[in-house]
Amino acid sequence: MEFVGKILFMAVMAIFVQNFVLMRFLGLCPYIGVSKKLDSALGMGMAVIFVMTMASTFTWLIHTYLLVPLHIEFLQTIAFILTIASLVQLVEMVIQKTAPALYKSLGVFLPLITTNCAVLGVAILNIQSEYNFIFAILNGLFAGIGFTLVLILMAGIRERLERAELPISMKGMPISMIVAGSMALAFLGFSGLKF
Amino acid sequence: MSILIYSIATLGTLGLIYGLGLAFASKKFHVEIDPKIETINEILPSVNCGACGYPGCAAYAEAVVEKGAEINLCAPGGDEVVKHIAEIMGMEATTADRKVAIIHCQSGGKDNTNFKYNYQGIETCKAAILISGGPNACNYGCVYQYDCVRACKFDAMHIDDNGMIIVNNENCTGCGACAIACPRDLIEMVSIKKRVHILCASHDKGAVSRKACGNNTACIACTLCVKKCPVDAITMDDNLAIIDYDKCIVCGLCADVCPTSAIFDPLKEVRAQKKAAAKVKADAMMKKIAEQKAEENKEEDNKS
Repeated sequence: MEFVGKILFMAVMAIFVQNFVLMRFLGLCPYIGVSKKLDSALGMGMAVIFVMTMASTFTWLIHTYLLVPLHIEFLQTIAFILTIASLVQLVEMVIQKTAPALYKSLGVFLPLITTNCAVLGVAILNIQSEYNFIFAILNGLFAGIGFTLVLILMAGIRERLERAELPISMKGMPISMIVAGSMALAFLGFSGLKF
Repeated sequence: MSILIYSIATLGTLGLIYGLGLAFASKKFHVEIDPKIETINEILPSVNCGACGYPGCAAYAEAVVEKGAEINLCAPGGDEVVKHIAEIMGMEATTADRKVAIIHCQSGGKDNTNFKYNYQGIETCKAAILISGGPNACNYGCVYQYDCVRACKFDAMHIDDNGMIIVNNENCTGCGACAIACPRDLIEMVSIKKRVHILCASHDKGAVSRKACGNNTACIACTLCVKKCPVDAITMDDNLAIIDYDKCIVCGLCADVCPTSAIFDPLKEVRAQKKAAAKVKADAMMKKIAEQKAEENKEEDNKS
């Protein structure tokens, strides 16, 4: 029971309280870039969930069984980046083969997951927080879910804003920035959660 | 020292494993792309002007091969490209009706246009029209900051000595970049076969637009052309005559009745010459007939 409780606590922490986009301010590029349409936001979110989970798994393994025994932890960043880049490449190929429409709508943002600091962030945070293997994977999964959640929320709001009557100078990016700021403020409310 | 070796070995091995994995994956998840798309994309002029209605040349090439889009949509490519695409696709080449840019304002350049004030700001039309409706007296006319000329990728627009914008129909590909650039929507893409145009875009009342226009090309909403048009191609839209180019038969009658020079018919002189020639011919015929009749009458008189 304690284990389940711990997982739930972690889920709430990663999705709401320490949300990667709105609280840690990681991965803002796709947050603004791919949140124009709900469909592509969902696709991007799924891709990020997948990449984050896989990245957590592999980086944890590499760190624990390769870098630590050899005392070369200082290579953490470059080894992680290498892993994440390869993973993203793999995901890109798979998506291009299996879902060409999704591949097109994601466009340049799929390769950009490589440089998405949220992915590297979750990998490094896993190590810093000294999670064990299971928790590292789960943390990656929940962080991805949190990212997808805010991406979809943002896309939903922006789709509606398309039809709203706005002053010309506020249309498009400016109002998106304001919305992003308001969402971050709203998510700040979760930081008062205590268990 | 050992750290150095370990680092190099670790990163090298990781890189090797990932590289091999990706190479294997790229084989396994290889996506077949129709080679036709590639060849058509190479033939297309790759200016990505968007005149075909697709976002860029690559998208159009794909649409031609996969969705069966018309092969004659590439305006900058012209007949040559259509022919090549037809060869690749095994279809017959058909040329599209070529469209060229028409500027619906001919207020006569910097000398003839009536200006409210001398605009000396940033040299772009978009900025010029923001200051109390633009520097010229007409609130609909060209402000001569040449956004369209800068937008043209094909050297089809020139500025003459008087500042007028001249469209070179031979270079114009009908891509419509100038029409998008014009903040007053003065430019329209019209089939090259339609030669008669209304060179005014003013929705002001007749007296106002006549006064504002320096070149006597304002449409004063007299509706004479609407009445004269044999095919009902001209309609009045808020004090401005508009030609429906689908209906227009290029007869030039509207240009004849227009009290200003708002309607432009480049064939006017040709038509006048033809008319004169026809009149001479008809007169000669009439004379001949009259003479014949007179002779017949004479013969009848003689018989009786």
